[in-house]
Amino acid sequence: MRIVIGEGSCGIAAGAGKVHTKLSSYLVNSDIEIGIAGCIGMCFLEPIVDIYDGKKLLKRLVKVKEEDTENIAVSLRNNDFEALKKYEISTEDSVFLEKQTRIALRRCGLIDPESIDAYTSDGGYSALKKALTSMSPEEVIEEIKISGLAGRGGAGFPTWFKWNAARNSEGTEKYLICNADEGDPGAFMDRAVIESDPHALIEGMLIGAYAIGAKNAFVYVRAEYPLAIIRLQKAINEAMEKGFLGNNILGTSFSCFLKIKAGAGAFVCGEETALIESLEGKRGMPRLKPPFPAEKGYENKPSNINNVETFANVAWIIENGGKAFSSMGTENSKGTKVFALTGKIKRGGLVEIPMGLTLREVIYDIGGGIRDDKEFKAVQLGGPSGGCIPKELLDTVIDYKALNATGAIMGSGGMVVMDEGTCMVNMARFFLDFTTKESCGKCVHCRIGTKRMFEILTRITEGNGKDGDIELLEELCDGIRSGALCGLGQTAPNPVLTTIKYFRHEYEAHINEKKCPAGECAALRTYHINEEKCKGCTLCAKKCPVNAISGKVKEAHIIDITKCIKCGQCKEVCRFDAVEIK
Amino acid sequence: MCGHCCNSDLSLLTEVFNDMNGNGDNLISVLQKAQDIYGYLPTDVLYEIAEKTGNSPAKVMGVATFYTQFRLKKVGKYLILLCKGTACHVNGADSIEKAICEELKIQDGDTTEDGLFSLKTVACLGCCSLSPVMMINEDTYGSLTPAKTVEILREIRGREAK
Repeated sequence: MRIVIGEGSCGIAAGAGKVHTKLSSYLVNSDIEIGIAGCIGMCFLEPIVDIYDGKKLLKRLVKVKEEDTENIAVSLRNNDFEALKKYEISTEDSVFLEKQTRIALRRCGLIDPESIDAYTSDGGYSALKKALTSMSPEEVIEEIKISGLAGRGGAGFPTWFKWNAARNSEGTEKYLICNADEGDPGAFMDRAVIESDPHALIEGMLIGAYAIGAKNAFVYVRAEYPLAIIRLQKAINEAMEKGFLGNNILGTSFSCFLKIKAGAGAFVCGEETALIESLEGKRGMPRLKPPFPAEKGYENKPSNINNVETFANVAWIIENGGKAFSSMGTENSKGTKVFALTGKIKRGGLVEIPMGLTLREVIYDIGGGIRDDKEFKAVQLGGPSGGCIPKELLDTVIDYKALNATGAIMGSGGMVVMDEGTCMVNMARFFLDFTTKESCGKCVHCRIGTKRMFEILTRITEGNGKDGDIELLEELCDGIRSGALCGLGQTAPNPVLTTIKYFRHEYEAHINEKKCPAGECAALRTYHINEEKCKGCTLCAKKCPVNAISGKVKEAHIIDITKCIKCGQCKEVCRFDAVEIK
Repeated sequence: MCGHCCNSDLSLLTEVFNDMNGNGDNLISVLQKAQDIYGYLPTDVLYEIAEKTGNSPAKVMGVATFYTQFRLKKVGKYLILLCKGTACHVNGADSIEKAICEELKIQDGDTTEDGLFSLKTVACLGCCSLSPVMMINEDTYGSLTPAKTVEILREIRGREAK
């Protein structure tokens, strides 16, 4: 028997490391092996402990706490599976995985990410072997073309086209680069792939390098992902040792070297030309295109850049054929897509689904709907470059074209669900705050335009919005969209435009009635005490820092709104839910 | 900026410069290694790096200020990275920031007077399912509430007082 603990970053943050240590200590001198795996994507159930008999999963224990470990260890020693029942995943939660189709994530959470043997014994590196020994680079590109694989970083550009352009570019020194600078707040797909199945990335990159004719490759990883960097480096070292990387790979004439470059924290470096600047050790400011990286990229040599998830699909496509991949999905979007489902969702985590499912299916069937049985309001796709999609459009299918038509984008995979308590104006303000800080400053429209938009949104949420502010925002959006050089600026208006399009009434309520319908904007709230619910415990009156609450013991209290500073402390301390926001 | 007032032990950089030769190492990697050594990037270190890498001090400063990872000021013993990503925002990161600021009496980017804590808000730590999240040095704390956050900070302070 073997037990495996899910130790991706979020598993560890939830306490998986401590559970591992405790279990190890309780299972000393037993024939039960203990191992690790990456992230299975069921973040809402971490820490997760899987019990295997050989390759067969016997039991999946979830939300395991340190204090449960002794019990679990005893049950395991006694083969008493009945006693483990209370820790086991429920049938309801199992649906989360059952409804998914996993290609990019096919080994995530199932194999030990720190062992190349675990990867090869599961069929790993056989696609590389197939490509190097039985396919020409052109045939590899053709297979990718058949698959219909498009860039998973957000833009959705056909992968084969980029590979072909880099292959046909003049010059013998070419570079392959993996963009692992996953900067969209609310997205962690790439991190999970690198932490959980680093060899899948390496294998995909090697096949890509072979296709375009590159001898050197880089993975540009964001610095906020220390565990991903450690595991990837370990995987690179092991692949070197076993002859999957380096000179004359698998005895062929193909040689390739792979290096990690740690980013230093700049969202704009997710843009490919800015990433190249950063790789060269400079400030990450985008270059004018053309020339495209396929002609002049890293060190002015032909370069090809793809995202982690794109590469993670490559080995599967070579192994199973492009047709198997393109048989999934819709007319214009093939294969599967990974999403990081988060926010006010019951079951949050990593979701990989075939293109063509609807948003509703992902949010309700897989994600289980909204937490605390609140009302769904909107879902945000594509981070700061994307938009908010309202309830009326929940049946939109997930493909590039259909999502673009809503004003949002597919994006890299962030899917943040919002409920009735989320203010959409404040949401737009949140994203503009982000783009203002992350704008590299090169283009005036982006540098100053986003700042002005942020100021306008701030004054609206503070109750100082003016007539004509919405129109002014729209005008600015238009200017930034056409005046910015790179994707960061061009898409920065999207969160504002989509919220105005679908939630204009919220903007109007803030500006005209000085009210925040969601009750989130502090300056526009008024607190009052529900007389029927108040028990007169006096707790709120004692807590109020400005003595705005009065009332006798065991009698309903009253808030003097002229004194109230809207700090919300009364609501926090009230045990009877009597303090309400209007 | 005189570049001579910080008195950093520049000999610690020897290895970084030795590694650099022929390795195709770039300015960003050098700055990252220097920050690992000193905990931040003192001015005299930046000047030294400029000289040894053949860049102008202005270029080195330009790179050091462009990326959020680089710090030009000393940080406290415990560096709090508070996530303000979308999922954390939706789940109340603002109230966590307020709780930290009130408890430690500092603002984002500041260090407490006793040099124990520094606070820095970051775009996304990628632990969205545990939101709101913060990291204190290497440890990640998830599903925070204002009360839980204050408790964590007090626990650390208590440990340090002993």
